[in-house]
Amino acid sequence: MRAGSGTAVGAGVARLEGVAKVTGAALYSHEYQVAGAVHAWAVTSDIPRGRVTRIDAADALAQPGVITVLTSDNAPRLAEREGDLALLQSPRVAFHGQLVAAVVAETSEAAREAAALVRVSYEKEEHDAVLREDAPGIYEPESVNGGFPGRREKGDVAAGLAEAPVRLDVTYTTPPEHAAPMEPHAAVASWDGDTLTLHDSNQGPFRTAQRVAGLFEVPVENIRVISEHIGGGFGSKALVRPPTVLAALAARAVGRPVKVAMTRQQMFTLVTYRTPTVQRVRIGAERDGRLRALWHDALQQSSRLTEYCEQTTTPTRAMYATPALRTTHRLARLDVPTPGWVRAPGEAPGMYGLESAMDELAYALDLDPIELRVRNEPEVEPDSGRAFSSRSLVACLRDGARRFGWDGTRDRTPGVRREGPWLVGTGVAAARYPVHIMPSTASARAEPDGRFTVRIAAVDIGTGARTALTQLAAEALGAPLDRVTLELGRSAYGFAEFAGGSAGINSWGWAVDKACRALIAELGGRGGAVGPEGVEVAADTTDDVAALPDLARHAFGAQFAEVRVDAVTGQVRVERLLGVFAAGRVVNARTARSQLVGAMIMGLSMALHEVLEPDPRFGDFANHDLATYHIAAHADIRGIEAHWLPEEDERVNPLGTKGIGELGIVGAAAAIGNAVHHATGVRVRELPILMERVRAGLAARGGR
Amino acid sequence: MRPFVYERATGPEHAAALLTSDPGATLLAGGTNLVDLMKLGVARPSLVVDINGLPYDRVDHRDDGSLVVGATVRNSDLAGDPGVRRRFPLLSEALLAGASGQLRARATTAGNLLQRTRCVYFQDIGKPCNKRAPGTGCAAVEGSHRDLAVLGTSDACVASHPSDLAVALAALDATVLVRPIGDGQGPSRIPLTDLYRLPGDTPDRETVLRRGDLVTGVEVPPPPVGAAMRYRKVRDRWSFAFAVVSVAVLVTLDEDGALRDVRLALGGVAPLPWRAREAERLLTGRRPTRDLVRSAADAEFAAARPLPHNAFKVGLAADVLTETVLALAAPAGSER
Repeated sequence: MRAGSGTAVGAGVARLEGVAKVTGAALYSHEYQVAGAVHAWAVTSDIPRGRVTRIDAADALAQPGVITVLTSDNAPRLAEREGDLALLQSPRVAFHGQLVAAVVAETSEAAREAAALVRVSYEKEEHDAVLREDAPGIYEPESVNGGFPGRREKGDVAAGLAEAPVRLDVTYTTPPEHAAPMEPHAAVASWDGDTLTLHDSNQGPFRTAQRVAGLFEVPVENIRVISEHIGGGFGSKALVRPPTVLAALAARAVGRPVKVAMTRQQMFTLVTYRTPTVQRVRIGAERDGRLRALWHDALQQSSRLTEYCEQTTTPTRAMYATPALRTTHRLARLDVPTPGWVRAPGEAPGMYGLESAMDELAYALDLDPIELRVRNEPEVEPDSGRAFSSRSLVACLRDGARRFGWDGTRDRTPGVRREGPWLVGTGVAAARYPVHIMPSTASARAEPDGRFTVRIAAVDIGTGARTALTQLAAEALGAPLDRVTLELGRSAYGFAEFAGGSAGINSWGWAVDKACRALIAELGGRGGAVGPEGVEVAADTTDDVAALPDLARHAFGAQFAEVRVDAVTGQVRVERLLGVFAAGRVVNARTARSQLVGAMIMGLSMALHEVLEPDPRFGDFANHDLATYHIAAHADIRGIEAHWLPEEDERVNPLGTKGIGELGIVGAAAAIGNAVHHATGVRVRELPILMERVRAGLAARGGR
Repeated sequence: MRPFVYERATGPEHAAALLTSDPGATLLAGGTNLVDLMKLGVARPSLVVDINGLPYDRVDHRDDGSLVVGATVRNSDLAGDPGVRRRFPLLSEALLAGASGQLRARATTAGNLLQRTRCVYFQDIGKPCNKRAPGTGCAAVEGSHRDLAVLGTSDACVASHPSDLAVALAALDATVLVRPIGDGQGPSRIPLTDLYRLPGDTPDRETVLRRGDLVTGVEVPPPPVGAAMRYRKVRDRWSFAFAVVSVAVLVTLDEDGALRDVRLALGGVAPLPWRAREAERLLTGRRPTRDLVRSAADAEFAAARPLPHNAFKVGLAADVLTETVLALAAPAGSER
């Protein structure tokens, strides 16, 4: 689709806050100057399990500028005594890197130095921090992230797997990964009596206010969260994290405003990470490729504090037609930091497993992998039997194949295309992301000067949400874009869900649209008259969302990769990554493309680079900075293209949008892994695809 | 960060005097490694002596063909020097393969050579490390060591040296120029390969420099006539990553196609830039067939002490060394 012109919905309007950001005028949370603010610095545990027996803060307290050292002995009480946010509420240590004390000082430097001087004594306990099949106490959670059932089953899976003429049984692993937003988690907290103002880096100001209100046992209206500009979150800022609570807790303790910012190192254990996964995929197929049975299982980890089970095999419930389908999740509770949401939780790792297995099946059948997927295209959602609101997977695969140059001349033989030192190959994988639609409130206001102001407790974490929502508001108001001011990032604007699940435009956009249309109706009723006080209406989509018909709602896509593998070293280079997506109506062509391309790069990064290395002796991650936790650099990105198909889906929601934030990640890693196999004949089933893994495979093939 | 005193050295004597005035003193040049280590609590200097004002910021091409690079010459300036690019392309290639544009614009020659290992345990004060805290043990041997060394290691330390520049300079037979501490003792010229110590039982002692010695620059002799040279870096992403392995190769051929000069240095595999003397010995004077070069590379690694997660470096380094020597020794397009 070509970008429309002008400022209408669909047009590639440049980010409204772009100039403010590149000139430094846009303030991020920690940059707000609050009079009298002091600084809190976290002291974190060196052990993975046990209890704090003594904290010697004498040296820290003797440092110039130090105000107090908070521990579980003297910290203000919270409503919760245990859990990830029950900071300094008990001497228990549940993971390495957990907050066990905090120094509050006049400057961040003094707080940091004093934190290094706090001596913590522990009573250590035996710990277990290794995810493995024989870890004690592995269980199947009833429900997994997103509220999905942990286990779903239909048909006779055992018989289908046993009797199918073509069978596949493969295991893939993905490592722990970190969200690593550019802006670290940070907060500035100021109490005035029982009212708290919180400049906070999060993905959901209203949800943050709610959670903090609960912890401090004050009414939600008393918590004013301001989150104007956010330098990325990628899931890690959707829920409240310890830095926010520490700021509020310390501010309450010392009676002054308190600033907190995480170091990059602290972020790796304190603000969540993606669980490692061990995924076993078993498929039984007919010789023509039609599936007879499919079982996708994932073993994952969570901490002792919180049950978090990533919904890794739920994507498989929506993908391919099969009479027998089983999807299961198993969880090991270990002495590790609590995992959580990172860039397409569940979808990104799960579709890596499924789409890699589908590629392996295509080889086993000697069938084109696109044709295999087409032959298994379902009429209805395979697990639930629900009708799709729309499903454009095949169209994406076909369009992508045409653009990419994937046709009948493609030689499927792996490991035979050589260009100088390079082994060359191509791969494909499907993408899918569920359409989440969540209730929200918004208000729209006609100002006496003819302008409009729209308010919603949404947040722009760098996606372009502010701009896209303004476009939707302008459309609903029938007003030019420059007459509409959209204000977001404040909990005071009322209930709105966090930025997550790629649901922002679907959810916030709907409420904005509803409020604006209601305002136009209201103005119409008044004959267009706007008095000096203006005219304001509010909208709430709770009932509308509840009344949505029971349909399977998903966005789809197809990812194509061309890779070169250095035959001497095993290094992988992605020459081209091309994605074609169908995600309903696109609101802003520019920011949508940016979202898709950025997400594809995250998928590439997942395929080739990102790995947190668990250090089971210590219970943390051995690498915890951006020099040792690699994310794709510019030089890793060569050809990259994102396209989208026009998709009109009137049943998905009134806006016809499906959400576009995370779709581009899904499938990218599988497409790259499949291309590496095509290039080398080596199937690396363990992410990331490091050179030694490729080399081992080449050696096993007798290539070296 | 520990509070510290900052002093700007006005001259070499001043710098040396400051450095010896306080056992907690350290030199600051580009700061691209030191400042990180200070934030991490790994380096806790009480006095930081800024030497950016010292007259060591020049690149000199001497009439005899040698090159003298001042200690505070920025990596980006050295990499971009036209004479260096023409006559010592190995240096430019190595520098440009390292870090990022921003870091290269700040990092200096001497700082690059004296940077510390990026071993994750060395950089984490909550973990044991014999290099950072002697006697606490090495967490890497049974932990995260995929990026660490396979040659020249000890039971006490398996850290790798992270520099690209040092590897190229080792292959170029460079000499480190030192202004010795003012006791009349100590050398003023140290071959680069002798600058570093192997870890042995004292991995905290990384170089032969004494407190108060000031590195003023590096001297590189003219390369042999007709030399071909190349730096090849293998890394986990295509920029901004330390070497998994790297090789610096310089060769000249005689009229029969035999290797007259062959200088080989390896990065990412040892606690110091590793000059592959054994492989050089086996290759010098010989015609470089694939089998010969590969067996020489293997011989260099005969004494390797690989660990489970970095054992692949042995074969990888030998492969890359072999390919690079053959590529430089063979006329374009021919394969021996």
